Amino acid sequence: MSVGQRLWRAVPSSIKEDDKRLIIALLAGTYLLYAVSQVYLALMNNADVFPAVANSLQNLTFLIAVYAIMALALNLHWGYTGLFNIGIAGFMAVGVYSMSILAAPPGGSPPGFGLPVPIALIGALVITAIVGGIAALPALQLEADYLAIVTVGLSEIIRLVLNADYFSGTVTDPQSNSYNVVNLFGFKFGTGGGQGINTPTSSPASYLYGPSGDPNAIGELAYGIGVSLGVNNSVVNGFTYGMFLLLFVVTAYYVLLVRIGNSPFGRVLKAIREDELVAQSLGKDTRWVKIKVFMVGCALMGLGGILWQGSFGFVNPNTFRPIVTFYIFTALIVGGSGSNTGSVVGGAVFAAFLFEGPRQLARVVEAAMGGLLITVSGPGASLPSPNNFYVAFSTLDPLGWLGYTIGNISSLRFILLGVVLVYMMQNRSEGLLGHRKEIAASVDLSERKGNVAPTDGGETNE
Amino acid sequence: MNTDTAGSPEAKGPDELPDIEDSDVEKAAQETPRGLPLRVLNLEKRFGGITAVDGVSFEVEEGSLTGLIGPNGAGKSTTFNCITGVHEADGGRVLFKGDDITGRKPYEIADRGLVRTFQIARELEEMTVLENLMLAPRGQIGEKLYRSVTPGLRGEVIEQETEIREEVWETLEFFEIDHLAEEYAGNLSGGQRKLLELARALMVDPDVLLLDEPFAGVNPSLEAKLLEQIHTLREEGYTFLLVEHDIDLIMENCEHIIVMHQGKLLAEGPPEEIRNNDRVIDAYLGEDI
Repeated sequence: MSVGQRLWRAVPSSIKEDDKRLIIALLAGTYLLYAVSQVYLALMNNADVFPAVANSLQNLTFLIAVYAIMALALNLHWGYTGLFNIGIAGFMAVGVYSMSILAAPPGGSPPGFGLPVPIALIGALVITAIVGGIAALPALQLEADYLAIVTVGLSEIIRLVLNADYFSGTVTDPQSNSYNVVNLFGFKFGTGGGQGINTPTSSPASYLYGPSGDPNAIGELAYGIGVSLGVNNSVVNGFTYGMFLLLFVVTAYYVLLVRIGNSPFGRVLKAIREDELVAQSLGKDTRWVKIKVFMVGCALMGLGGILWQGSFGFVNPNTFRPIVTFYIFTALIVGGSGSNTGSVVGGAVFAAFLFEGPRQLARVVEAAMGGLLITVSGPGASLPSPNNFYVAFSTLDPLGWLGYTIGNISSLRFILLGVVLVYMMQNRSEGLLGHRKEIAASVDLSERKGNVAPTDGGETNE
Repeated sequence: MNTDTAGSPEAKGPDELPDIEDSDVEKAAQETPRGLPLRVLNLEKRFGGITAVDGVSFEVEEGSLTGLIGPNGAGKSTTFNCITGVHEADGGRVLFKGDDITGRKPYEIADRGLVRTFQIARELEEMTVLENLMLAPRGQIGEKLYRSVTPGLRGEVIEQETEIREEVWETLEFFEIDHLAEEYAGNLSGGQRKLLELARALMVDPDVLLLDEPFAGVNPSLEAKLLEQIHTLREEGYTFLLVEHDIDLIMENCEHIIVMHQGKLLAEGPPEEIRNNDRVIDAYLGEDI
C-alpha cells in the first residue's frame, strides 16, 4: 500500500477533507486519464481525436454513474444496516420489467398495460418495494447469512421466471396451444420470455432533445454543437444521459442517503448492523425498521435498474445474472461500505479502473507495442495473437504472452477483480473511504450550546 | 420468602405450566402497589432437559438497589433474559408497573421503561460514543423514516436532536467519559465500555435498570466510581436490579438481596438476614460471607 499511501499523501488536504471536492477531483483525474489515453489511441490509429475522446468519455460517464447509483442503493442495505442482500440483480429486473410491462401497449407482443411512462415508472418502484417487502418478511427473521441465500435465490427465481416461456406473452392467439399470455383479473400481459422485452425508454435523451428525427430547439442546438465537433447524435445523446445520471440522479441518491443515514433513523440502522439485540434492548422495533429499509433500498435498486438496463430500449433476463450483483458489491467494498462518499468513489473506481480500465489499458498497450514493433522490425510487424492459452504459453515468447493477455483482457479482468477483492479484504477491508466517521445524527454532535466541546477533528456530513 | 403470592411451587408437577389463572395475574397487578415496579411470579425457563429457572418469584421495590446473587449456573442471567424478553419464559409471569409483560418483545419492554445492560458489554463498536448515547432515548420522532427525509419535517427532528445532544453531553460528563465522546466505542477499554453501557441505558430514561454483572472485568478504582454513580442515580429515584456473583459487593451495597441456586430462589431479604441464612451458607459452602 506504500505507493497508494504516498499518492494519497500527495493529495492536498483541501480536497481530502471535502467530500464534493474529493469526488470531483477523482472524476476529473479519471476523465483526464481517459482523454489522454484516447488521444494517444486516436493518433496511433489515425482517427479523429475529438469524436474518439467524446465517445470514450460518454461511455465512461454512463458506467460511473450507474455503478455509483447502485453502490449507493446497496450501501443502504449492506453498508448501513448490514443486510447482506445479494439479490440486487433480481430487484433491478423487477424494476425494469415492471416498468416495461406497465408501459407496453395492450395490443403488443407481449401485451402490457399501456400506461404512460411516468406512471409506469412510479408503479415499477412501488412493485419493486413490495417485492422487497415480501422477500423481507420471512427473510429478515433469519441470520445474515441466510438472508444472503434467500435473496440470491429470489434473484435467480425472478430471472428464471422472466425467462420462462409460460409467462412470455409472445403467443397472443387464445386458440393456440402455446398461448402464453398471463391473465390477471382480466389484465393481460407477458414478460417476453427469453426473447426479452422492449423498454419504453429507448432514448432517454429524447425527453430533452425531442424525437431523434425531429429534434426541438434544444436538440437542434446540442446536435449542432455535436456536428461542429465531429460528434454524431448518438454520442451527444449518450453524453447527455450520462451527465444527467451523474449530476442529478447520483446527487439525488447521495442527498437522500445522507439524509437517511444522518438521522435518528440512520442511527437505528447502524445499531442493527452492529448488534441488533442491543438496539432492541434500547426500545427500537428493529424488525419493522429492517422491513422499511429493505423496501426503500429495493425501490432504489429498481430505479437504478431502470435507469441503467432500462435505457437501452431492450432487455432480456440474461442481463440480470448474479454477476451484476457481485460487480455492485465489489464497487461498494472498494469504495468503503457504510460511507456514501465511498459508494460514489467506489462506483467511479470500479467502472473506470476495474471494469473499463483493463480494456482501455490493453488498447493503449496494444497500440504502443504495435508502434514499437513497426519501428524495430519494419512495417507490417504486429503483436502475435495466439489462439489459445496453450499456444500462447508454449511459445515461451513474452510478446506472445502479451498478445494473448491483450486479446483476452475482457475475460482476464475477472481475475483482476478477484485479486483486488482479496487484496482489499486482507489489507483494507474498510475500503478506500470506509475509515471515515459519517456520524448518524441530524446535528453536529460535537457542538454544544454554551461551551465548546473537545473535538479532535471528527468528521460529520451535515 | 415473603413474596409467595400466586401459588406455591410445590403445588405443580415439573412439566406443567404454573397454574396461574388470568384472574390471578389481574389480582396481582391490582395488588401491585406503586412502590413495586417489577414483580416476577413463578418464572420458569427450560433449555432442553435442563431447567435453568425453576419457579422463581421476587419483587423489586421502587427506588431500591436490589441484588440478585448466586453461584455460576444459578440461573441469574437466564432470569434476566426472561424478564427482558430475550428468552421466552416457559412459565410464570413478569409484571412491570402493574402490566403483564411476559412474552413481550425486548423493544416493547425497553420502551415501557425497563432497560438492561449485558454481562459482556455489547457496544455498537463502529459507532462513536456520542452515537451510542444518541441512539438510546425513547420517543425520537426522527426514527420515522419520512420525518428524517422530508425537508419540511426535519425542523422538529433537528430541534429534538439538539435537546438530546445536550442530555448526552451531560450524561457523558456525569460518567466522566466526555473526553472519549468522538471515539469509536470499539476503541474503548473494558471498563470504559461498562461505563458507556450504563450511560447508554440511562439515556433511555428508564424506571428500572437491570444491570447484568456491571463490575465484571472492571478494575477496583473504576468499580468504586461505578458504584458511586449507581448510588447517586438511586438517590435521584432510579430503581436498580443488579446481578453479581461478587457476594461481598452485593452485601455492602444492596439493601435487598435475592439469592438463586440451581434455578431456584434460595433466599430473599436484607443483607444481615442473608448473611446468616443457613441455606445460603450451604450453597456457598466454603465461601466466606
